[in-house]
Amino acid sequence: MRDDPTAPAVETAGLTKTFGQTRAVDGLDLVVPRGGVYGLLGPNGAGKTTTVRLLATLLRPDDGRAVVLGHDVVDDAAAVRRELSLTGQFASLDTDLTGRENLVVQARLLGRSRRSAHARADELLAAFGLDEAAGRLVNTYSGGMQRRLDIAASLVRTPRLLFLDEPTTGLDPRSRRHVWDVVRELVDRGTTVLLTTQYLDEADQLADLIGVVSGGRLVATGSPDTLKRSVGGDVLEVRVAAADAVRATESLGLPADAARPPASGAEHDATTVLSLPLTRPVREVLDVLDDAGITLAGFDVRRPTLDEVFLALTDEAVPA
Amino acid sequence: MTATIPAVRVSVLADPAADTTPSTAWGAVRVFAWRSLLKLRHTPEQAADAILIPFIFTVLFTFLFGGALAGSPREYLQFLLPGTLVMAILLMTVYGGLSLNTDVSRGVLDRFRSLPAWQPAHVVGTLAGDLGRYLVASAIVVTLGLVLGWRPDGGVTGVVAGIGLALVFAYALSWVWAAIGLVARSPQAVSMLSFVLQFPLTFASNAFVDPATMPDWLQPWVEANPVSLLVTAERELFAGTASFGDVAWVLVASAVVVAAFAPLTFHLYRRRTA
Repeated sequence: MRDDPTAPAVETAGLTKTFGQTRAVDGLDLVVPRGGVYGLLGPNGAGKTTTVRLLATLLRPDDGRAVVLGHDVVDDAAAVRRELSLTGQFASLDTDLTGRENLVVQARLLGRSRRSAHARADELLAAFGLDEAAGRLVNTYSGGMQRRLDIAASLVRTPRLLFLDEPTTGLDPRSRRHVWDVVRELVDRGTTVLLTTQYLDEADQLADLIGVVSGGRLVATGSPDTLKRSVGGDVLEVRVAAADAVRATESLGLPADAARPPASGAEHDATTVLSLPLTRPVREVLDVLDDAGITLAGFDVRRPTLDEVFLALTDEAVPA
Repeated sequence: MTATIPAVRVSVLADPAADTTPSTAWGAVRVFAWRSLLKLRHTPEQAADAILIPFIFTVLFTFLFGGALAGSPREYLQFLLPGTLVMAILLMTVYGGLSLNTDVSRGVLDRFRSLPAWQPAHVVGTLAGDLGRYLVASAIVVTLGLVLGWRPDGGVTGVVAGIGLALVFAYALSWVWAAIGLVARSPQAVSMLSFVLQFPLTFASNAFVDPATMPDWLQPWVEANPVSLLVTAERELFAGTASFGDVAWVLVASAVVVAAFAPLTFHLYRRRTA
């Protein structure tokens, strides 16, 4: 069956999976367009991993349907598996084989000859900085090394769709950046990446679109910027000398609690930060302060962070 | 370890031209059998099992029971050796189940199940790889027997045929353990069950003593026990006096076990989620 190139990478309708009394995925309607990175965010237990396992044909849905690159995950599971790679939440490696052997087994199962499988394994080991450890048993690897080998195993063949379930959990910052580079390179070459993560800065860095999941349902979707705007507009932060704080607050007509000491201890104690919603032009605010004879120590336009989006959205959705 | 990560970005993408069609079912079975043998090589403590168990059984039983049961150790050995061979091999059939259980608990099952290869190959190949383990054990028992004075009248042909038949039966039995390995909660649970089931199966057979010396209520069970069928066939093959029936019954029993447990195992494999 040929893939329909106009179909989204992933499309689900009413997707549901129940474990006992728990509805892990509860009527999920998700559309992941082709190309780019789609970040699935949500608190623990929101159903992210179950969703990924359903899409990767590892679980059968109880209700609803899911289509991956034009193939139904139940009726056409074999076609789905030909297109995707999966890096699960926990490293899924043969710990009593060497790093190289792990990759060679994958490559051989994907149809490579012995020689080509070894060549591919060596390429990946070098790319992930594991060449020196290649001949050692995986049970001697650190957590970060295991994680890198696990991702390498998903890239033995270049998949059209890659599921990364919390790929950088437990990685040090440098390894994390390396994984991000790998993801960007894959996307440049046309792979669609579905990423679940609990690091919001990771989603912010990588994702073109974000879906926020809570209680097995999609509660919000959009680009990182759209989501940030949805919880509140940009904020103008003005820094003035502490002695001017009261006067500045009054002349701008702000409530007294708009003034607070700077968050960072690096600023000397003599300044105060005023936060005001960006509902009037910045210039006007600066003119008002100027007319009052107040000298600015600095100002900043700040957008709400994804953390604020995440808390705002998932708090509402969690039943009391 | 961060220092080993290359600062320069290396292209990690496969050359699409090198992308191949997934391996055939037979190819996948071979990969999994090879993986099984690699594990045997990397975990010498498991290989030690394959060497020690047959060694201990043969030496210990020959000298412990030989005088009492057959007048002399050497005479008893002619009767005993096919029994220890069978016992040594059958005790190892649990490894396939243990290996699958470990794959489940480590999440390796997920990785293999999301590959476009023939899924049952994971089970078929893993169990086939264990034939290497059985062969090592057989070679040890036979060599040890010859050193201690065992003389098979069936010659090389008889011995080779005997080992071959034992391997067929062991492969069939390992499907039972594969099914158990896919439902058990932990490798420890599989090991425990193995002791509980394997010892009655092998001791309540004609492997070590003549069933004629056993109480009446036990004899029907011992004679119906497939292990007894196998031990009888082994004795006859080694002695060069095997009939078609001796061998055929073992093959039928093996086929029945596989016919019952292979579909069950595949079903469990598709359903098992770590």
